[in-house]
Amino acid sequence: MIAIILKRWFGDRALPSIEAGSTIWFFRKDRVAMVSLVFIILLTLIALFAPALTPYANEGLGEPNLANKFLPPSLKHPFGADSLGRDMVARMMFGARTSLSIGLFVVVIAVLIGAPLGAVAGFFGGWVDEIIMRVTDIFLAFPPLLLAIAIAAALGPSFFNAMLAISLTWWPWYTRLVRAQAISLRERPFIEAARGIGVKNLTIIWNHILPNVLTPVLVQSTLDLGSAILTGAGLSFIGLGSQPPTADWGIMINEGRLYVLSGRWWIATFSGLAIFLTALAFNLLGDGVRDATDPRTRGAG
Amino acid sequence: MSMNARPHMVEVHNLSMEFVKRDRKFGQQKQRIRAIDNVSLEIFQGETMGVVGESGCGKTTLGRCLLRLLEPVSGKVIFDGRDIMALSMSSLRPLRREMQLVFQNPFSSLNPRMNVLKLVSEPLRTHTDLRDKELAKKVEDLLIEVGLNSEHMKRFPHQLSGGQAQRVALARALALNPKFLVLDEPTSALDVSVQAQIINLLVELQQRHGLTYLFISHDLGVVQHISDRIAVMYLGQIVELAMSEDIFNSPQHPYTQALLSSTPVPDPDSGSERIILEDVVPNPANPPSGCRFHTRCPYVMDICRKEEPRNYSVGEDHRAACHLLTAD
Amino acid sequence: MAQALLTIENLNVRFRTPTGNVHAVQGISFEIDRGEILGLVGETGCGKSVTGRSILRLLPHPGEISEGSIIFDGQDILALSEHDMQQIRGKRIAMIFQNPATALNPVYTIGQQIIFVMKHHGVAKGADLMESALRLLDDVGLPDPASLMDVYPHQLSGGMQQRAMIAIALSSNPNLLIADEPTTALDVTIQAQILALLNSLQHARNISILLITHNLGVIAETCQRVVVLYAGRIAEHGEVRDIFHRPHHPYTQGLLAALPNPGSRGDALNVIPGIVPSGLDPAPGCGFAPRCEHVMDVCLQRRPLFSKVGPGHQTACFLHEKVDRKEA
Repeated sequence: MIAIILKRWFGDRALPSIEAGSTIWFFRKDRVAMVSLVFIILLTLIALFAPALTPYANEGLGEPNLANKFLPPSLKHPFGADSLGRDMVARMMFGARTSLSIGLFVVVIAVLIGAPLGAVAGFFGGWVDEIIMRVTDIFLAFPPLLLAIAIAAALGPSFFNAMLAISLTWWPWYTRLVRAQAISLRERPFIEAARGIGVKNLTIIWNHILPNVLTPVLVQSTLDLGSAILTGAGLSFIGLGSQPPTADWGIMINEGRLYVLSGRWWIATFSGLAIFLTALAFNLLGDGVRDATDPRTRGAG
Repeated sequence: MSMNARPHMVEVHNLSMEFVKRDRKFGQQKQRIRAIDNVSLEIFQGETMGVVGESGCGKTTLGRCLLRLLEPVSGKVIFDGRDIMALSMSSLRPLRREMQLVFQNPFSSLNPRMNVLKLVSEPLRTHTDLRDKELAKKVEDLLIEVGLNSEHMKRFPHQLSGGQAQRVALARALALNPKFLVLDEPTSALDVSVQAQIINLLVELQQRHGLTYLFISHDLGVVQHISDRIAVMYLGQIVELAMSEDIFNSPQHPYTQALLSSTPVPDPDSGSERIILEDVVPNPANPPSGCRFHTRCPYVMDICRKEEPRNYSVGEDHRAACHLLTAD
Repeated sequence: MAQALLTIENLNVRFRTPTGNVHAVQGISFEIDRGEILGLVGETGCGKSVTGRSILRLLPHPGEISEGSIIFDGQDILALSEHDMQQIRGKRIAMIFQNPATALNPVYTIGQQIIFVMKHHGVAKGADLMESALRLLDDVGLPDPASLMDVYPHQLSGGMQQRAMIAIALSSNPNLLIADEPTTALDVTIQAQILALLNSLQHARNISILLITHNLGVIAETCQRVVVLYAGRIAEHGEVRDIFHRPHHPYTQGLLAALPNPGSRGDALNVIPGIVPSGLDPAPGCGFAPRCEHVMDVCLQRRPLFSKVGPGHQTACFLHEKVDRKEA
């Protein structure tokens, strides 16, 4: 989704109009990707306008309504109510906000840190490359979970800290991705031409290298949005991410799992389904974007 | 006309350039490949110097060394009276305005993500303060000069034909009013009919702006048409250097003769005797001893295997490096 | 007169793209006789490569043969099943390509590749395989065939790779060899060798060769007859001597005049203005009309028919129109 928005915004600069047009043409033919896109757009709208979409907005934010404790799904509360009587639909909507934002922040930070580093490493080579790659390797070695625990232990568990932890382990992938692209790009004649013109190196990276690595980065970040959401929910599930009463699908699964066996299935199930569908949608969308932009698979669909 | 009378645009003195091939295997020596070996030549102001040779002869490397896009290991390049090898990187940068390179494949020498306006204006944005309207006007003037117009400004390279793309590359090269252009196979990727257009354009631009050209190509027909003098290269060295007509009418070096005879002529009745060389192109990392061409030369003598031939003068402005010439 | 080996009648090929159908080949008809070398010449976008691939039904993805017939030795190629087609490909009609480095599999030795092909086509068995392979490598002029069997493609020079590819192509003794720009990527001296090799092989084995290239010099020196293509249609065809010395179609004339030659130095080269049409929406009328200096009204309205302008020499041009039964 971000991919599409970014594509249109950068349209004139990054993606030549005809290429964007035919890319979108290929994309439209991909039913699965289109469905995923629609799902994600709907989800985003729901997240954005959550307060206006439900009469139980304050419950969504966390205010308990003990009178409705454990209400099963009904016409008035299609997803039922949780252990504190809060309307599940509202909780889900607000949970969408949390999940989507964590996905967005993580990916944006990872790209903003990782991509320029990768471009610099790949373009300059030599000791600059060595230093950057060793640092990258160090960060790659951290499992997100362990880092999150460490940060939580040090700074206390919170949504922000969880986001920090995940971002710190995510950016190295972009460095590697962009570095590989930069290495192959720097031998291309148009880079040599820029040097011949006398353009400064950093300017070359900004104007020539980065715009040409945009497509693979876009594909990867779309796929990563799904993974980031999953990871974020996972951290919340074990209590290291958002804290109650914030609506968060991971927390909701955690809260709900205690009641599944006693027959109150709706608390955990709907949250779990939401995470599953969202991650799936981003994955399929990412595949679709990749297939539409990869010259080898274009037109093979 | 003696060589000293005409001003030199570029002087090359004993230029050598090595590529070090890094080998991944442990314990293997790094291979040093001498792409150009002790090359000397001079290019007069306003002339077109052609450089011909086959793959691995070093002509491309020579072009880039002249612009110092590659660092030679030894030798000097004097550009317009200045020793460019002695300059620091920051003093070199302004000099880039005066010498430019045009590549073989216009589609890979133009950033596919930039439109024509951005591409042609890049040199101007780098070296001048021109912006916005004035910049666009200057770009438009340049495009008109190369036979395009303002409607091409918003287009991207893949929306252009090969000829149009090469014209854009030319417009970009001319943006800062250079004195010297290195043209590296500028028409090799183009169709014959488009090639003719670009060649005519190059000649026109040269006359209008008094440009000096180094025209690198493997296509003898094209080189001979556009060049005043031609240097023939083999395995990193210049084996013959002469006026265009002399290369064709009386080639002295056996390699030049073989090259000329191998070039297919679009005339079914030409039936000239072919000099077919043996297909044993030497390894550039380990060139043959003595005269580098001796392993394929139909006239090889003993001395050719032992001693490198000097440059022998065979007439006005005509020199060749071959032991056969001392016999006279 | 003996039946022609290959007869192509009204071939039409189109590519379905996001922007519409590109008509790469628009109604081409020609024949190749047994034992002759036919040249297919034209510039980018003329459809020569597409034609070559169509004969073997090897068109890349969005391409399809929409109309026409291809008869090879009495068999209708387009009607064959894929299984039957595989009996023809590589066995009775072989193809060699422009870039031998990418056409040969880099992870198998030359020996493995030749033997694999020979086995696959049932050319020889058991002990004979090795012997046949060695003989083949010798036939194509590769030195020391025994050691070459264990060599990988990247260890060979471009010329030797091309010879290896020719060896593989000829291993099953095909009747027709389609050579798609076989020497374009090679140096001029190597090109001369490969063309000489093709000539001698053709004589020795009496195979027919369809030589596809944009290089008019190669055509002049190698082919007996030539078909000149422009924008998916045939402009002119005939014996090589007639086409080069007495070209009738304005495109052929323009093409020949655009070539730099020893006499052209100092003059502007003849230029065909404009660019090749894209094949997206072919206008009615002659494909060359927009660029032709002799254009008349009728040229924009109808496609010209073929007119005979000499023995075996026909051109599709209203300037020479005398009605002949075949439509261009």
